[in-house]
Amino acid sequence: MGLNLVVLVKQVPDTQNITGDAMKEDGTVNRGALPAIFNPEDLYALEAALRIKEEIAGSKVHVITMGPPAAEQVLKESLYRGADTVALITDRKFAGADTLATSYALKCAIEKIGKYDIVICGRQAIDGDTAQVGPQTAEKLGINQITCVENIEQIDEASLIARRSIEGGFEIVKSKYPVLVTMTDEGHTPRTSSAIKVMTYKNAKAGDPEIPMWSIDYIGADVEACGLKGSPTKVKKIESVVLKAEELQMIENTDEGLNNLMHALISDHTLG
Amino acid sequence: MSNNIWVFVQQDEGKLADVSLQLISKATDLAKDYNSKTGSSVVVEAVLLGEKVKDLASTVIQYGAEKVFCVEDARLKFYTPVPYAKVMVDIIKKEEPQIILYGATTTGRDLGPRVASSLKVGLTADCTDLQIGDYESKGETYENILYQIRPAFGGNIVATIVAPEKKPQMATVREGVMKLNDPDSSRKGEIVEIASIVDDMDCLTEIIERVQQEKSVNLTASPIIVAGGMGVGTKEGFDIIADFAKTIGADVAASRAAVDAGFIHKDHQVGQTGVTVRPKLYIACGISGAIQHRAGMDESAKIIAVNNDPDAPIFQIAHYGIVGEISDVIPKLKKAFTAKA
Repeated sequence: MGLNLVVLVKQVPDTQNITGDAMKEDGTVNRGALPAIFNPEDLYALEAALRIKEEIAGSKVHVITMGPPAAEQVLKESLYRGADTVALITDRKFAGADTLATSYALKCAIEKIGKYDIVICGRQAIDGDTAQVGPQTAEKLGINQITCVENIEQIDEASLIARRSIEGGFEIVKSKYPVLVTMTDEGHTPRTSSAIKVMTYKNAKAGDPEIPMWSIDYIGADVEACGLKGSPTKVKKIESVVLKAEELQMIENTDEGLNNLMHALISDHTLG
Repeated sequence: MSNNIWVFVQQDEGKLADVSLQLISKATDLAKDYNSKTGSSVVVEAVLLGEKVKDLASTVIQYGAEKVFCVEDARLKFYTPVPYAKVMVDIIKKEEPQIILYGATTTGRDLGPRVASSLKVGLTADCTDLQIGDYESKGETYENILYQIRPAFGGNIVATIVAPEKKPQMATVREGVMKLNDPDSSRKGEIVEIASIVDDMDCLTEIIERVQQEKSVNLTASPIIVAGGMGVGTKEGFDIIADFAKTIGADVAASRAAVDAGFIHKDHQVGQTGVTVRPKLYIACGISGAIQHRAGMDESAKIIAVNNDPDAPIFQIAHYGIVGEISDVIPKLKKAFTAKA
């Protein structure tokens, strides 16, 4: 027995450590200048899945990602940590997908894996911060969803109990399978790679038997619902964040300077 | 199709979410703009789900809704995704609004995507501005559609997203960025009861326990804010901030770095992953001014920056800058205030 676990991961530009040359002059992002990393919350999703596998004998962890061949790196890192199988969903026809088209492709890939009990992914990816792909994939699969999960508290062959964060508190919720769970970064710290597994997989490449590439045809997706064609949202305009240049008045750090500042704020009724 | 502008109004245990009323207010502005550009007469309508919600509908009307669709069912008492999405999709298909806004709360960001996926329409997450305008693409012009404006790439860019071809156009909107209308208790509106189509089979999530506390501070309503960052140095350093705030009648806020360092509770966090504020005065103490922080406070009417680094980015958006140590400048400011007030 055991559970079939599908983990959805994404390779993302490291937007949390933006450096000077990451923004082009026209205000768009120079993706090439940013290191590509494993989306942080997806590592928590993988960790949750690996812990379930350790708890319920016979469980399998399948990791899938959608992206260009270079995204093989996050799949290798999943294998290093203990994933049983991985797959790279890759096809030029997926280019330009918004969250709706992405979730459709993921749904087709998950169904290609076959029987699944729990789909686990990070709550959101740091390049878009939408948190939409999880719930949309659940809807496309026609299954329940639990978002913003901090921790899976209890689990057995039939159901799980999760703690999810809500504004100003938390909920403890229970769901039977199948269910899709999105994880925040408040759970168990993701494990590091296993040295033995790194030795086993370090030379694996996308297209090798360890990292199969799945095309649009292979997963049986309708091309009209994929990529730009299947995406109702369009980007009209992108602007870099311009600092609203204020008339900055420097105040001397002296009793006189600070007294004058307070006086000005009190007399124009900002203070007092 | 009705072409009206909708707001999903969130209630938690009988209390309306602040962001929902902010969105009703914003929706009335959008409707006015749309009507003046097109000569039509679209109105703002709200959808309110819960166990007993009709009593809340009059408040929603006071903020600008012409009509409130109420669906009452014990199984809708607490938000769970499948029953809520089923009810929403059903009403949307019948009424065909052109725009639907959701608060970017854990509920709105759980429900919105599910509804969008079911209807196969677009959804833009966590918007900070909404406008009506035209969009041209491949020789076609789409008139008077919804510009959905949001930060992206960790707050480093601002993107304008449109969904020109399909209605409804949907967005989740961040709390605190839209101004609240003054409620008008004389406003009249229609309350429409809709029978629930929830089935026991839809109730796939069982809520075992739910703990929700009011935030210890509501910064979105604060007229004056004193905020501390890593430059405050220690948890004790925040006592200086809190003492100064109390003296001048301000609330205390913090940057993410200060919250992560354990100086103060997360409820006080301002910025991309905290709350968005627009006080009349924001005093940033020892905050370097990372873009993620600025996104949550740069609409403040006046900004004072205090930092020991004269090159800190916070000075670029400040009106007044003071270079110095927090432990030195803040007590002096307090003394100056006490002397003048």
